[in-house]
Amino acid sequence: MPAIVLHDLTLGYDRHPAVHHLDATIPSGSLTAIVGPNGAGKSTLLKGIIGALTPLEGRITLGGARIAYLPQQAEIDRSFPVSVRDLVAMGLWAEIGAIGRVGPAHADRIAVALAAVGLTGFERRSIGALSGGQMQRVLFARLLLQEAQVILLDEPFTAIDAKTAADLMALVQRWHGEGRTVVAVLHDFDTVRAQFPETLLIAREMVAHGPTAQVMTPANLLRARQMSEAFDDAAPVCTPDQRGAA
Amino acid sequence: MIDLILTPFLDFAFMRRALLGCIAISIGATPIGVFLMLRRMSLTGDAMAHAILPGAAVGFLVSGLSLGAMTIGGLVAGMAVALLSGVVTRVTALKEDASLAAFYLISLAGGVLIVSLKGSSVDLLHVLFGTVLALNDDALILLCSITTLTWFALALLFRPLVLECADPNFLRSVSRLSAITHFAFLALVVMNLVAGFQALGTLMSVGLMILPAASARFWAQGIGAMIGVAVLVAILSSVVGLLLSYHLSLPSGPSIILVAGGLYAASVILGRQGSLRTRYLPRPHLQS
Repeated sequence: MPAIVLHDLTLGYDRHPAVHHLDATIPSGSLTAIVGPNGAGKSTLLKGIIGALTPLEGRITLGGARIAYLPQQAEIDRSFPVSVRDLVAMGLWAEIGAIGRVGPAHADRIAVALAAVGLTGFERRSIGALSGGQMQRVLFARLLLQEAQVILLDEPFTAIDAKTAADLMALVQRWHGEGRTVVAVLHDFDTVRAQFPETLLIAREMVAHGPTAQVMTPANLLRARQMSEAFDDAAPVCTPDQRGAA
Repeated sequence: MIDLILTPFLDFAFMRRALLGCIAISIGATPIGVFLMLRRMSLTGDAMAHAILPGAAVGFLVSGLSLGAMTIGGLVAGMAVALLSGVVTRVTALKEDASLAAFYLISLAGGVLIVSLKGSSVDLLHVLFGTVLALNDDALILLCSITTLTWFALALLFRPLVLECADPNFLRSVSRLSAITHFAFLALVVMNLVAGFQALGTLMSVGLMILPAASARFWAQGIGAMIGVAVLVAILSSVVGLLLSYHLSLPSGPSIILVAGGLYAASVILGRQGSLRTRYLPRPHLQS
């Protein structure tokens, strides 16, 4: 049973596709990196998978397991007065919902999650008072509590130091070892080659998908880089018989 | 001194009513104001207040200076503007501030037109500036009901509302409550403004919503504490404002809001965090 299947998926903004006719199957329990140049549709693809964007065409089939999603940091309002503990506790949403109580058992699990990311003692700190790396650790603690079978990470290691990245990567490997499906958007090719068995290389359209060594070849990366970043305002409507030409 | 504070409320029923009404608004509207402020929507309250005017005006046109008709009208107009601008924001490319501005301006122009067709300018002043010293039983019951409803709704929506503000994408990934939360919150804004407009008028009811919330930002850190401080500031403003208006024969609505404004100014200067004091008279920093 695959975790995520993309069927001829097109996602976009204002009729311009950011992800164009993508077909891919992400098996359960796989550890997959999504790689591609800026504007390749990597974040858009994750947003489509969690349902925040409606496909312009095609569809996404999910295995039905609970999905956890780590957005790019820029999308979180750090000035909002929430404590580290309260934000991490929201990882329990599937259990406590909007009004359920955070009981002693939950409190213990929150403590364990914070310890796992090395943030014991930060419980009452406001999220506005954290460094970028600490904030990313907080978000990983929240992910830990979500106990999701499918975990989507959008640039999880961008703009954080090497030690934090290594600590968080260890958590990703732990999830992989537990049989969870992890999909991460990454820019650091070294990390991808060293840590991720599978890679999905896209440049709005599919470039290559499969074992990392076979995907991250110079030829494929060059093809991905040649993608034009600009939307063509005069682009004609995409019809089925033109697809082969693209 | 105690005489000056207690006598007006002990001797005059209209002062007690005004006090009860203002305290009800203080407790109901300020938590809403705190969330508006934290979502950078402070001016949304103001826009909504303008949007309520035509509804109240239609009520006024139908049945004169009747609170019931004007309340229903205000609710309908406010909800319509909230809903329409919410839908335009979520469905089209226009951002929330612009779509709200568009609808409230249309609404306001309609309201002024309607009032001027029938009423005198004195009536218009009533609608704009309220009648806190003439609150009747029905109005008080309405104010208290809206406050009660607001707290129940906030208790239910607190968690999704905080997430909708701080990390909306996360909320959307774990729950379908995002849109419901957004519209329920706008509905609460409208209801509390309608409550406020009974006492303070459509324009000034925003004052008790936003000024205490903005003051509380300088004193409290967590959102719960912020709401607590804001409610206290609002109640204090109401009591002091009413007393000032009684002793100095000033109009009561503006007195209350100006006291709240004074407390805001004091908070900006003296507050515990982010104030002018902490900026220009910083305490020595701690060891690493």
